[in-house]
Amino acid sequence: MEQVVVYSMIRIEHIFGIRAGGIIRGWTDKITEINRKYATPKIKMSRGVKFALLILRVYLIILVVLLGYKFWTMLQEGVI
Amino acid sequence: MDLGSTFFYKYRRFIKALKIYLLLAGPGLIVMLADNDAGGITTYSVTGATYGYSLIWFLLLLLPVAYVVQEMTVRLGAVTKRGHAEAIFDAFGPFWGWFSFLDLTLVNWLTLITEFIGMTAAMSIFHIPPVFTIAIVTVVMLLMVLQGRYWTWEKIAIVFAVLNLIYIPAAFLVHPSVGEVIGQGFIPHFPGGLDNTLFFFLMANIGTTIAPWMIFFQQSAVVDKGMKEKDIPFGQMDTLIGSAFTVIVAIFVVIVSGTVLYGMQVDSAAQAATIMMGIDPWLGTFVAIGLFDAGFLGAICISLSSSWAFGEVFGWAHSLNFKIREAPWFYACYLFAILTAGAVVLIPEAPLVLITLFVQVVAVTLLPAALVFLILLLNNEETMGKYKNTHAQNIAGIVIVAVIIVLSTLFGISTLFPGLFGAGGGL
Repeated sequence: MEQVVVYSMIRIEHIFGIRAGGIIRGWTDKITEINRKYATPKIKMSRGVKFALLILRVYLIILVVLLGYKFWTMLQEGVI
Repeated sequence: MDLGSTFFYKYRRFIKALKIYLLLAGPGLIVMLADNDAGGITTYSVTGATYGYSLIWFLLLLLPVAYVVQEMTVRLGAVTKRGHAEAIFDAFGPFWGWFSFLDLTLVNWLTLITEFIGMTAAMSIFHIPPVFTIAIVTVVMLLMVLQGRYWTWEKIAIVFAVLNLIYIPAAFLVHPSVGEVIGQGFIPHFPGGLDNTLFFFLMANIGTTIAPWMIFFQQSAVVDKGMKEKDIPFGQMDTLIGSAFTVIVAIFVVIVSGTVLYGMQVDSAAQAATIMMGIDPWLGTFVAIGLFDAGFLGAICISLSSSWAFGEVFGWAHSLNFKIREAPWFYACYLFAILTAGAVVLIPEAPLVLITLFVQVVAVTLLPAALVFLILLLNNEETMGKYKNTHAQNIAGIVIVAVIIVLSTLFGISTLFPGLFGAGGGL
C-alpha cells in the first residue's frame, strides 16, 4: 500500500512538475480529508430518508439519460 | 392604566420591535428581491407582453411558495449555525455533498453570466459599452465586500434591493386602467384555456421563483449575520416581507409590460426596455435601471453564495466580517467568479443565448435535491430540536416542494426538447 502511495506521489510531481504537483497534491489531500470528515452521514437513515434519497437518485439518472440523449441528437444533427 | 398610558406603552413596544427588526432585517429581504433577477424580470416582462394582466393572480400564489421554502433556511441556519452546503455534507455524506456543491458552483457561475448579460444589455440602452459596465460592476462588487463587515455589506445590498421597487413608479408612468388590472388580473382564470403555451409560462414563472442559490445564500447569510434561535421570528418576518415585495415587483413588471407591450413579440427584458425607451424615455430609463439593478442584485447574492459554499466545504474562513488577509480564499473565489463570468460576456460571439437556456436545464438537476435535503434536515430532531418542522409545515413544505420540482423539471425538459409543450425557446 505504501509503495502505491509513493508511486502516485512521484507520478503527480513527475507529470505536473514540483510546483504544480504540490498544489494538486494539496487539493487532493484536502478532498480526501473532507471525504473522511463526512464519511458517515449524520442524519438518521429512516425509511423515509432512504426512500427520498432513492427517488433523488432515480430522478438524477433519468435527467442524465435525457441530457445524454439530447447531446447525442445534437451531435447527429451536427449542431455541436 | 388609562388609555393614554396604554397607547404609549404599546407604541414603545412597537418602536422597540421595529428597531430590532430593522437591525435583523436583511437576508430575507435581499434574497427575495434578488429573486427578481435579470432572468426573473425577463420572464415577467414576456409574461405581461403575452398575456397582459391575466396572470397576475398566479403571481400572488408565488408568495406562499417563496416564503415556505426560504423560511426553512432561516430556522436551519439559526439553529445549526451552518450553511446549506456544509449541512448537506454533514447529514448525507460526501456523495450528496460533492454533488450539491459542484452542481451549485456550475449553476451559480452560469446564472452569474446571465446576470452580467442583463446588466450589460440594460446599460447598452444608455450607450454604455459592456466592457465599461462589467469593469464598474466588478469594482463596486469588490468594494462592497472588502470593507470587512457583514452589516455594512447588508445595508448597501438593501439599498440596491429597494431600487428594485423602481417598477412601481414605472407602472404609474404608463397609466394602466385600475379596473382592467383588477378585473383581468385578480380573478383566477386561464386566458384562452390551459394550452401548451400557457402551461410553459406558468412553469417559467414558478421556475424563476425558487432558484438553488437562494437556499444556499439565505442560510449562509443567516449564519454570517450571527442570527440565533431567538432571532428566528424576526428572520421569518424579514422573509415574509421580502416575499411580499418580490411578488409586488413581479406584478408591477407585468402591469408595465402588459400595458405597453401587450400583443407584441418580446423575447427579453432588455428588448422591452428598448421599446419602452422609444415610447417614453422616462419609462425606458426606469425599466432599464430596474433591469440593471435586478442583474446586479442577483450577481452580488449568487457570487457570495458560491464563496460561502466553498468556505464551508473546504473549511476556509468564510465571512464578510473577515479582512482579505484573514479569508483570502473566500474573497479569491468571489473575485474569480465575477471576473470569469464577466469575461465570458465580453467574448465576441459567445453563445450567450445557449448559456441562458442551459442554466434552466442545469438548475433542475440541483433544485430538487436542495429542496428535498431542506425538508429532511428540517425534520431532523437531533439537530433542530423544537425548531423542527411541525406537521402543518411539513404538509405545506412537501406540497410546495413537489409542485416546484414537477413544474421546474417540466420547464427544464421543455428547454431541452422545445417542441414538447409547443412554446418557448429551447436548446
